[in-house]
Amino acid sequence: MKSLVLHIILCLSLLVSSISFSQTVEVCDSCSTTTLKNAIAKANPFDTISIKKGTYKEYGIKVDKPLTIIGEDYPVIDGQLKGEVITVISDNVTIDGLFVINVGTSYTEDYAAIRVRKSKHFVIQNVVLEKLFFGIYIEKSSYGKLYHNKIIGDAKEEYNSGNGIQLWYSNHIEIEHNYVEHVRDGIYLEFSDDCLIKNNVSAENLRYGLHFMFSNNDIYQDNTFENNGAGVAVMFSKKIKMYNNIFKENWGTASYGMLLKEINDAEIIGNTFEENTIGINIEGSNRILYKHNNFKKNGWAVKVRGACYTNRFIENNFLYNSFDIAYNSKINDNVFDRNYWSNYTGYDLDKDGIGDVPYRPVKLFSYIVNRTPETIILLRSLFIDIIDFSEKVSPVFTPDNLLDHNPLTKKITW
Amino acid sequence: MFKILKYSFFDLMRSRWSYVYFAFYLLLGIVLLFLNNDLSKAVITLMNVIIVLVPLIGTIFGVMYYYNSREFTELLLAQPLKRPSIFLGQYLGVALSLSMSLVLGLGIPFIFYGLLKSNAIWDFSLLLITGAFLTFIFTALAFNIAMSNENKIKGFGYAILLWLFLAIIYDGLFLMTLIMFEDYPLDKVSLIGTMLNPIDLSRTLILLKLDISALLGYTGAVFKQFFGTSFGLIISFIMLIVWVILPVLRILYKSKRKDF
Amino acid sequence: MVSIQGLYKKFGKNKVLSGLDLEIEEGGIFAVLGPNGSGKTTLIKSILGMVIPNKGEISVLGKNIKNSSKYRNKIDYLPQIANFPSNLKVKELIKMIKDLRGKTAEDESLIKLFKLEPFLNKKLNTLSGGTKQKVNIVLTFMFDSPLIILDEPTTGLDPISLIRLKTLIQTEKSKGKTILITSHIMSFVEEVSDEIVFLLEGNIYFKGSISELKQMTSQPDFEHAIASILTTNHV
Repeated sequence: MKSLVLHIILCLSLLVSSISFSQTVEVCDSCSTTTLKNAIAKANPFDTISIKKGTYKEYGIKVDKPLTIIGEDYPVIDGQLKGEVITVISDNVTIDGLFVINVGTSYTEDYAAIRVRKSKHFVIQNVVLEKLFFGIYIEKSSYGKLYHNKIIGDAKEEYNSGNGIQLWYSNHIEIEHNYVEHVRDGIYLEFSDDCLIKNNVSAENLRYGLHFMFSNNDIYQDNTFENNGAGVAVMFSKKIKMYNNIFKENWGTASYGMLLKEINDAEIIGNTFEENTIGINIEGSNRILYKHNNFKKNGWAVKVRGACYTNRFIENNFLYNSFDIAYNSKINDNVFDRNYWSNYTGYDLDKDGIGDVPYRPVKLFSYIVNRTPETIILLRSLFIDIIDFSEKVSPVFTPDNLLDHNPLTKKITW
Repeated sequence: MFKILKYSFFDLMRSRWSYVYFAFYLLLGIVLLFLNNDLSKAVITLMNVIIVLVPLIGTIFGVMYYYNSREFTELLLAQPLKRPSIFLGQYLGVALSLSMSLVLGLGIPFIFYGLLKSNAIWDFSLLLITGAFLTFIFTALAFNIAMSNENKIKGFGYAILLWLFLAIIYDGLFLMTLIMFEDYPLDKVSLIGTMLNPIDLSRTLILLKLDISALLGYTGAVFKQFFGTSFGLIISFIMLIVWVILPVLRILYKSKRKDF
Repeated sequence: MVSIQGLYKKFGKNKVLSGLDLEIEEGGIFAVLGPNGSGKTTLIKSILGMVIPNKGEISVLGKNIKNSSKYRNKIDYLPQIANFPSNLKVKELIKMIKDLRGKTAEDESLIKLFKLEPFLNKKLNTLSGGTKQKVNIVLTFMFDSPLIILDEPTTGLDPISLIRLKTLIQTEKSKGKTILITSHIMSFVEEVSDEIVFLLEGNIYFKGSISELKQMTSQPDFEHAIASILTTNHV
């Protein structure tokens, strides 16, 4: 409570001070100040630095006082591949409208285009980053906002490329409306709690579109993850909420829309998994609610790799997947109820919208493919249909109790 | 040859069976599209129909046509016509009229459904092209069987056996082989195995469209090259053409040596 | 007209023709006779190129027929069982054969001769056996070829049509054509043919006129002459 009051007072004082005392320092080729570094040195706390259009060859810029740095018509800050470009080490810094290029690459240090270290209440918005190593790196900071940034990398190999947006021990960060492509991981969170990741697009990245490690109570929603090397990985985290995201076209051997590993008590609602080799790959994840998701045209909609207990799959649409569910064991402790399965062939005599025969989403063939992967070439063969049918009648290799007792006969809309 | 083709074709286009075949596909198309109202599901169901039923009908119809038109063939043989052109003409007549029933029967409801504007048009065209190829292949195989067997019952028996083998038994043996030798690298073997059976070949071709996400889940480099690039599509089409050419060549070879 | 040397044909293990030599001169009617399985049809089909011989040479009009199809332009052939594509109309069939072989004007007079006008628009599978045979005859005689081969031409014909057929054969003969006939109706053979070729076990047993045959077997009539050949040879 005390901290909150303090917080409010601080905010108010900031507001007042910025209104009453702030001055503007202009930076341009013909101005009295021609570099950003000089402008920062010259400026008083809570001043605004306005950078005019032009190219500024600078790196290692330290923002050590609360400043608002605004670019007009996207001035270019060229790091000349020499190191980190901007490092924020003060609270209450706003960076807006810059075009940062040529960040230095190093094997020992993670140079970023913009780094925020141990700071609070920062805003980074409308920034464009190109030719970068790491993009925006938030380190042990909190209460920041990253809005409308565009990060376009040119990563070729995983070992010498960095991440687009990286959070490390940072809490309460809002990441919205950013666009990240061609870096290693689009957005990476490690030990970062209570963050909101919303309306971002992360595409064509070498490894993951979004990568979560040891981060709890985060929400990500309305994002699009498309065509990334391995999709989205959520690992070792608790109470994550994933709403209305789109996972698309993540193709490849070790590729999936989403990888869940050691995830507990998450909610996965309203997402669309379309044309991924594996829609969701689940390992050691418990008490997760899957509801109102669309799984469409995936190789495997859901692949369960074991040690997954009391998960609930309720009211999802499974549409035209090569395999709906794959299990590698005979034990099942998860619930499937009231889903729509396009592969369902039963009937509904009482017309209540629920099929009269339970649906068995795990096929014998998925078990065979798991054992001998080359047999995938026999997918949709008449012979396979016949053996799948016999397995359906009397399960020998697949979990006996894995049934949707109330398969819906119409696609669900919500 | 084209004269024979023309007469065989028109003769067949007027026969009851062509209408039945055409009506069957028309009905199937309508039921799938207008009662189900789900294009993706319709395409998947159609695929199952095409890779199972088209070969069966092609085989049965080919054998039946050959035996039924024996006297007519003899009439033609007494005319100043080259033997290969008589048989090739008849073969093409049957294969073309069957393909047309298939393409029109399925095509018309899909056009009315507004397929041309939908992006499923490629999946669907591929289905029809594959169906036409299967018709040509299995009619040619049927002609081969019929030409080698004077006895109708035997001919029909072999034809059904051929279908049963290629549609079901082959895949069973194939699966068993793959599982038995699972410790060895099998991707080449499995691709070759697929190429050797026209039904599997067509199925793979359609899988490339429908299930590419699943196919790319496998690690083998050969698989990756085959399914991940247009290489697979090209090879499959070449193999389908080879599968048409080989039995047709045997028809020509046999036609020069056969007694009537 | 037709010259055959050393013709061999086996169907599986069954020897049908064994070294048959035959010379058929131009002009006149030749009847090919013999018991069942003596190789009559095989001989005719060999000439037509429908059966491929194992050994031996056949020339028609001085040309070897091997691997050739054009020589059949000079042959009109009446097959034994006439079964046509069932969905065609009579008119269309005639048109089709004309289309395949070339133009002729003879068809109309022949159609009139056999009173086929009412059937022209009927489908072939609705016709009776006799009518089919008439259509068959029309198809054969409508082209003006120097060699005519008739395999059992009398099958299913009513008496009037039979008479018409006989006249037709005589007219063609008078044009100097060569006609080859097989038939089981001895009276018909006796009436129309100038020369007999009698086949037995894949070879020619007798070739000559009917009177020569009667002389050789010392039988008063043709039918008995044939019968005596068969009994003396224990067929």
